[in-house]
Amino acid sequence: MGVIATPDRSPGSVVSQVSPNWLTTRVDFLVNWARSNSMWPMPFGTACCAIEFMAAAASRYDIARFGMERMSFSPRQADVLICAGRLPFKLAPVIRRIYDQMPQPKWVISMGACASTGGIFDNYAMVQGIDTVVPVDVYVPGCPPRPEGLLYGILLLQKKIRGETLADPSIRIEQTLDEHGLRLSPERIDELSEPFGNSLHQTRSA
Amino acid sequence: MMAEKRTLDVALGTTGVDERGLPVTVPLGFEVPDAGAVEEAPEVGGEHMLLNMGPQHPATHGVLRLVVELDGEVVIRVIPHVGYLHSGFEKLGEYRHYNQIVPLTDRMDYLAPMANNVCLAMAAEKLMGIAITERCKVLRVIACEISRIISHLVWLGTTGIDIGAITPFLWMFQEREKFYNLQEAWTGARLTTSLTRVGGLMADIPDGFEDGLRATCRSLLGVMAEVDRVLTRNGVWVGRTQGIGVLTAEEATNMSMSGAMLRASGVDYDVRKDRPYLDYETYDFEVPIGEHGDVYDRYLVRFEEVLQSVRILDQALDRLPDGPINVADHRVILPPKHAAMTDMESMIHHFKQVMEGVPAPVGEAYFSLESPKGELGYYFVSDGTAKPVRWRVRPPAFINLSALSKMAQGHLLSDLIAINASVDIVMGEVDR
Amino acid sequence: MNPSADALERHFGSAIRRVTESCGDTIVYVELGRLREILAWLKDTPDQAYIYLVDVTAVEYREPERPLEVVYELFAFSRKVGLRVKAELPKDQPLEVDSMVPLWAGANWLEREVYDMFGITFRGHPDLRRILMWETYAEGYPLRKDFPLRGRFSRSEQVRQALNANPEAHYSLEELGIAESYQELPADMRGRLARGERGQIAEPKGGA
Repeated sequence: MGVIATPDRSPGSVVSQVSPNWLTTRVDFLVNWARSNSMWPMPFGTACCAIEFMAAAASRYDIARFGMERMSFSPRQADVLICAGRLPFKLAPVIRRIYDQMPQPKWVISMGACASTGGIFDNYAMVQGIDTVVPVDVYVPGCPPRPEGLLYGILLLQKKIRGETLADPSIRIEQTLDEHGLRLSPERIDELSEPFGNSLHQTRSA
Repeated sequence: MMAEKRTLDVALGTTGVDERGLPVTVPLGFEVPDAGAVEEAPEVGGEHMLLNMGPQHPATHGVLRLVVELDGEVVIRVIPHVGYLHSGFEKLGEYRHYNQIVPLTDRMDYLAPMANNVCLAMAAEKLMGIAITERCKVLRVIACEISRIISHLVWLGTTGIDIGAITPFLWMFQEREKFYNLQEAWTGARLTTSLTRVGGLMADIPDGFEDGLRATCRSLLGVMAEVDRVLTRNGVWVGRTQGIGVLTAEEATNMSMSGAMLRASGVDYDVRKDRPYLDYETYDFEVPIGEHGDVYDRYLVRFEEVLQSVRILDQALDRLPDGPINVADHRVILPPKHAAMTDMESMIHHFKQVMEGVPAPVGEAYFSLESPKGELGYYFVSDGTAKPVRWRVRPPAFINLSALSKMAQGHLLSDLIAINASVDIVMGEVDR
Repeated sequence: MNPSADALERHFGSAIRRVTESCGDTIVYVELGRLREILAWLKDTPDQAYIYLVDVTAVEYREPERPLEVVYELFAFSRKVGLRVKAELPKDQPLEVDSMVPLWAGANWLEREVYDMFGITFRGHPDLRRILMWETYAEGYPLRKDFPLRGRFSRSEQVRQALNANPEAHYSLEELGIAESYQELPADMRGRLARGERGQIAEPKGGA
């Protein structure tokens, strides 16, 4: 994640000058407690994982226990982007625009093998991991992950949020695309997208 | 036959038009402007609005994108844009052995993965000329019908949400979880089952599966009766579905519709009856046919199909014979593990199948079955190697979706949601 | 063997190139130029009545010298039999074939898909655009055998092109009613529509 801009340490920035003390940690605790227990998910459900996401939201697994039953289909009121399913190149600008439209603070869960790495679709149509397009906080493995897996991912994200602090504003800086129109350097994307495992052997058709 | 274009009554209790025949709208709480001001207001009639729905929209059932041209609230034209989930399935299939394609089919129609698995195995068996065992046939029927039920349950739940009834969604997912448990006990996965192999199945059903399936079917019938009570004669449901999105029999045939879309229009075509496979001709079941070809009839057809599937499941469980699930030929199907470890010949078969795959003779085969969405067809072309030259999927949802523009013309925007829901699309299969 | 094959040979003579059978399916290879005529005859003749078009697809073989094939899968409701009609497209000629949309409205999207995946042009198709890939997709036709599995461009270039494709690029001026009022649109939307529809994605600044 070499693209995160350096934090704003200019004299005008008040919060960055405050070192962690009793007051800020108490405020942090309160803010993080509120944030982590009322995350509104933006369900970016594309494929099979979306079905398991729906199952997680329905009767038996009941995502409402984590304060997440309010699906925010508008990105402007959402906190967590849950990319459930594979992301073809044709959809890449869409998820990028949705991510850009979400207000800070925002987090991203990459649900399933295809969203995280491209999965079994190592071909011309598929983004090899959504982290080449948007920054990701939690990867949930599985093809598709069981609802329990997603719930565990949500718990991990809550844990991550509880570790955040207002004293470090850099985590809230918007990560925009660079002058090439990319999030990471081209070399980094090529490296992340390299075939691995079984897909090394699938380039011959006969 | 295009449905009649409807407009909204603008002002209740008045004729709605002024003396010049122009519509009068009176904003509540505002003074009525005098005639002179109306004269100066710009002419806005005839301007169309362009509305973009999707690809990320809760009512488009995935990543479908609709560009809608509206006159007020009336749909003039709707242009579906698909391909947002194009994953290159057919290209990937050319790089894989026939058995290695099975996991791909799970992820295509992920609402009914087992029907896709069965279709792939049957197409490859047709290509290779393999006759499967009796027990395998009955188990595959069970797999197909479970798929039909769980797919229609999702359809009913999500369509209910689209039209404004949230309760059936929760009921349906509760029932689905029971079927998922069975599916998981059988195949080890809730969703991506990879059930079949060319020449047989990955696994036999576990102990207690038959009783579990019977019990689940009974509880399903109870819930369906409840849904029937809630929806079928519900005024809102009827009002929002009847007469909406009509396709006549000729149109539906001409547009290559299949499945419930075709049968709701009154065309009696069900692959299970018309091109029987897996001995479907020996099962006693009805194929529901609609009359009006509207959203309501599609609902009724799918509802009845669930009940008929339960009938088929009952019969299949009754007749389930003992015996092997796989063909005896170990050049086609993997020998059991203990044989591969102790017997030289079995080990060679095992090695050759894993490393080289099972070669298919030169030729081509098209096999189709009645998937929950319609006629699902797999078309293989082989040049004698273990990987197909071409793997073509005849995607029922893709072809059914192409009629959306035709069906939605002249209806209200809110009806477009109901019509789109009635097609029962699954984008994984539409875009492949 | 399907009796329709004999009937076709009697009626069309040399336009029927050959008839084969594979795995129980009858396959009729017909002359490319008379494909629409033959399919119309199969659809409209009462004792043939193949009124249902099941599928349209194309096949390219691994041997580069073999021609491409367009495949039409037909079904007759009344007699419950299917028939596969094929026409061969030599690779040294333009890949063109008559559209069957006038016969079956269902061929519309299927032919668009074949165009998108194989680059076969359908003459007389009302709306021949790419359907699964986006309009400005520059890598070629994915299901052709000379198209590599992972695409022609590097992964970073694919991501760059994808991220730079405006979602507006998928509007088509010709198909929408706003075409007449194009000049009245705001300048930036006009620019976006024009760029997305026909233009190329700008080269990266500072070199990629």
